[in-house]
Amino acid sequence: MTNQDEHKEGIGGMINPRRYGIERVAYLLMRLSGLGLLAYFIGHIYETSSILKGEIGWNEFLEITQTTEGHAILAIVIAMCVFHTVNGIRVMLGHGGVGVGKPARPDYPYIPASQNIRHKMGIYSAIILAAIAMLYGLAVMFGE
Amino acid sequence: MGQIPSMAEENMTPSQSITLRIAKYNPEHDSAKKFMDFTITYERWTTVLEAILEVKKHFDHSIAVRYSCRQATCGSCGMIINGKPRLACFTKISELNSNVITVEPMNNFPIIRDLAVKFERLFDTHHKVKPYLIHDDTEITSDTKEFLQSPEELEQYIQFSNCIKCGLCNSACPTMATDSSFVGPQALAQAYRYVADSRDKGKDQRLKIIDDSHGIWRCHFAGSCSQVCPKGVDPAMGIQLLRGYMLGFRS
Ligand code: HEM
Ligand code: SF4
Ligand code: FES
Repeated sequence: MTNQDEHKEGIGGMINPRRYGIERVAYLLMRLSGLGLLAYFIGHIYETSSILKGEIGWNEFLEITQTTEGHAILAIVIAMCVFHTVNGIRVMLGHGGVGVGKPARPDYPYIPASQNIRHKMGIYSAIILAAIAMLYGLAVMFGE
Repeated sequence: MGQIPSMAEENMTPSQSITLRIAKYNPEHDSAKKFMDFTITYERWTTVLEAILEVKKHFDHSIAVRYSCRQATCGSCGMIINGKPRLACFTKISELNSNVITVEPMNNFPIIRDLAVKFERLFDTHHKVKPYLIHDDTEITSDTKEFLQSPEELEQYIQFSNCIKCGLCNSACPTMATDSSFVGPQALAQAYRYVADSRDKGKDQRLKIIDDSHGIWRCHFAGSCSQVCPKGVDPAMGIQLLRGYMLGFRS
């Protein structure tokens, strides 16, 4: 069966954060920050390996991080790091069944207990902490 | 008698009209979905299903739509209504607050024609998790009358037994959007329903079935399944509780 026949929503539907509340936004940010951190991690290993070229090679490479673009990228990395860690802790707890509510006879209008305020607070905290950390990073880097 | 006219007046909001945009697609000879627009009048209580049937009756008999109970019980009429999976018989036009209502076939299900989609895979994955009580002594012996259960034990799973197999959850799921082999929120919620039943002894079997590369670990707890479920099943909760057993957080 081809994709067309299966009528799967595809990647566009998977990443669309507009329809299913803040939980789906967190899902998208978690994936993006995970992949972003992975890319940074690989770049980081490559960068630090330049120490094998001696002090001059190391210093030359380090200069990249002193440019405006370098600062901007590092600020984004800080935000990704904080969001991914804080939201990661929330997701791990959720995956273990912590804070997802207790089974109970549902009543109209059927507000799902798993989409509760505790997890929403976790997501908003992750976003706010990431923003604060990023702003602090920017202040330090550009405030020199 | 004097009451009747005033009651009638109260309910007599003038009927309004909207545009109903229906997706038409026949996989046998169409290359892409096409939309047809119909102007229909509706009352405060008119459901999307009633509007579609109205169009079928007066404008286009050929529109393919599946329905049966018209009361959110049979699970036949799931479709994408203004971008989200919903039951057509359980969604009132007035609650959508829009002058245009677009109805499309559910995502992540192969299209039969127009609004009707194939449910084979949904039923297959449902079967796969053994949706029945597994018990060594299923035959009731003379001294046991029935398998007793306390109200507290009932509470553990009754919510999940509300599932009508409408597939809305599978249609909203971001994993299902790219992986059609994923067992899906509907089946995983049913795995939980039986595992949590005090009369059932099939926990190990079921956990083994869903501990698969396209099984429970593909769930990222995005929760969209629970947000669209029309019966309050909350598959996302069931899945995380199930995973709690598997990770050893719960016993
Ligand atoms: C304390 C630090 C971290 C925590 C608590 C954490 C937690 C998590 C969790 C719970 C997930 C699964 C999310 C889901 O199921 O949707 C995840 C995914 C992921 N993480 Fe981390 N992580 C951390 C650090 C890192 C680092 C340093 C990297 C990169 C080198 C990384 C890369 C990824 C990637 C690529 C994914 C997969 C994304 C996806 O498919 O959605 N993580 N992380
Ligand atoms: S869990 Fe809810 S949305 Fe999913 S098939 Fe059952 S009733 Fe439908
Ligand atoms: S017609 Fe039965 S659920 Fe809608």
